[in-house]
Amino acid sequence: MIALGGAWRTWRRHRVAAVAGVVFFVVALACALGPVIAGAVGLDGTTIDPRLGAVPPTPAHWFGTDTLGRDMLVRVMIGGRIAIAVALVTTAIAIGIGVTYGAIAAFAGGRVDNLMMRIVDALYGFPTVVLLIVVMAVTGTRSLVALFAWIGAISWLTMARITRGQVLALREREFALAARALGVGPARILARHILPNAAGPVIVYATLAMPQVMITEAFLSFLGLGVQAPLASWGTLVTEGSSQIVVYPWLLWCPAAVMAVAILSLNFIGDGVRDALVGDAST
Amino acid sequence: MIRLVAGRLVASVVILFVVATASFWLLHAAPGGPFDTGERRSAAVTHAMEERYGLGRPLWQQYGHAMARLVRGDLGVSMKRDVAVTALIAEHGPISAALGGLGLLAAVGLGIALGVVAAWRRHTWIDHVAMTAALIGISVPAFVLGPLLIAAISIDLGWLPPARIDGGTSLILPAVTLGLVYLGAIARLTRGGLADVLDQDFIRTARAKGLPEHRVVVKHALRVGITPVVTYLGPATAAMISGSFVVEKIFQIPGLGTYFLTSVFDRDYPVVTGVFVFYAALLVVLNLAVDLAYGVLDPRVRQAAGAPRERAARAAR
Repeated sequence: MIALGGAWRTWRRHRVAAVAGVVFFVVALACALGPVIAGAVGLDGTTIDPRLGAVPPTPAHWFGTDTLGRDMLVRVMIGGRIAIAVALVTTAIAIGIGVTYGAIAAFAGGRVDNLMMRIVDALYGFPTVVLLIVVMAVTGTRSLVALFAWIGAISWLTMARITRGQVLALREREFALAARALGVGPARILARHILPNAAGPVIVYATLAMPQVMITEAFLSFLGLGVQAPLASWGTLVTEGSSQIVVYPWLLWCPAAVMAVAILSLNFIGDGVRDALVGDAST
Repeated sequence: MIRLVAGRLVASVVILFVVATASFWLLHAAPGGPFDTGERRSAAVTHAMEERYGLGRPLWQQYGHAMARLVRGDLGVSMKRDVAVTALIAEHGPISAALGGLGLLAAVGLGIALGVVAAWRRHTWIDHVAMTAALIGISVPAFVLGPLLIAAISIDLGWLPPARIDGGTSLILPAVTLGLVYLGAIARLTRGGLADVLDQDFIRTARAKGLPEHRVVVKHALRVGITPVVTYLGPATAAMISGSFVVEKIFQIPGLGTYFLTSVFDRDYPVVTGVFVFYAALLVVLNLAVDLAYGVLDPRVRQAAGAPRERAARAAR
């Protein structure tokens, strides 16, 4: 009965994760293709029409228009392109740094490992986001590449810990010992034999890191340090909307709802992937 | 224990040194200075002001001067307001501390309660509802939640003030906005940690002794199962500092975060470096407290040797 309950639950959670996956896919697809389709019917999200001004959602403008008469649905979709791009690219950067760092620490072992992990420990308690703010503000770079790189540079800590733990456990397993006995070099053992087996937890964490990264980008944009006009991300749209919540509530509600749905579905996917790959610790 | 504290203190000095150095060079390498503003003033006045704050001297001299001051515990003087940075922290810090403390307290209290109920009633609808609510809490960032709360509660219902700090009730909405994300995270961590512990032998023993269920869960299981939450408090406070920037901006609160952000844009070098060092010192102290708390919570950690986190991990296996 207990086993049945566990299986029921696992299936349920996978179903939730599958639904979340479809939802996120639809949002991402809409952001990717939506502006093109809208452009075909004459909505481009950039044409300013002061005479139109801000109108609430109508059949012509599903998300309404902003104070400059720009279609909000198209703006939300364009903002989504940047938000999702930031999430994907930055998570990839964080994986790159974290996996390399963790693998090196685990393989080096001893004092090097100890020092490297102490640095990670220290950075955990370090106000990295405050540093990020200072860097973004003083360098004054407004390029997306800098945004990707800097958010990635502060998001790799957990990835490094997970990779190190995995590598430490896997390097003593028979297949790794067999490879060593055959005279395979450490770098090759790491790349060909150990890291592919450590992929599961890394993928789980990557899925859970994506919404975090998305929030960080929106957070920086909210403070005026992230994506700059004429570009728009969900963060900048929410910021604009929040200043006009009383008069034009749809300017906040529409981007906020889409962003929350995207983040929530990513979190559900992450939970589901974790259950599937690692097994739920509580069952 | 003494070795742990001593080791941490050495590490903290290194961290604070790195923070101060990085902040100094970053700010000075960046274009623009504190007096390159749009205000109309003669070149002589600008020059005199730069002289007053030692901006005319070579950078390495300024750096040496700033570090020597820091060693004495002096964070310098704001170049924009001509007030000691320590005085500014004393003025704006308590507002932020009240906000963050209230948010964290609510998040820890309610989060643990939610997590305990979910773990205790595992795999029932209570568990599912609680954990779904926690996940929704994690997914709604403060800059979305804040304006929505203002619109719904302050403006539509007229229950709580929408902005500024005047009286106790004006802290409620900002604290909720700040704390909700952590509430969700803490609920999930509590449930996970407690669920692991509830299956262990010493819990079965406690039940076999005939202890009432609430005592088993709260006194025996929670004490060990709470460890992930304690670990999370360090990073959570770090994140709360940046969270307070957002919340203070939304609710127009004159806290340290607001002041820090203004100073970054103003290139007010001593304030940025000073407040940054202050934040780092705060987190260093807090992380040390977290490490010491492991020993209090889990008796197995107290007796073992080695670094506390690894000890906790080994003990749990």
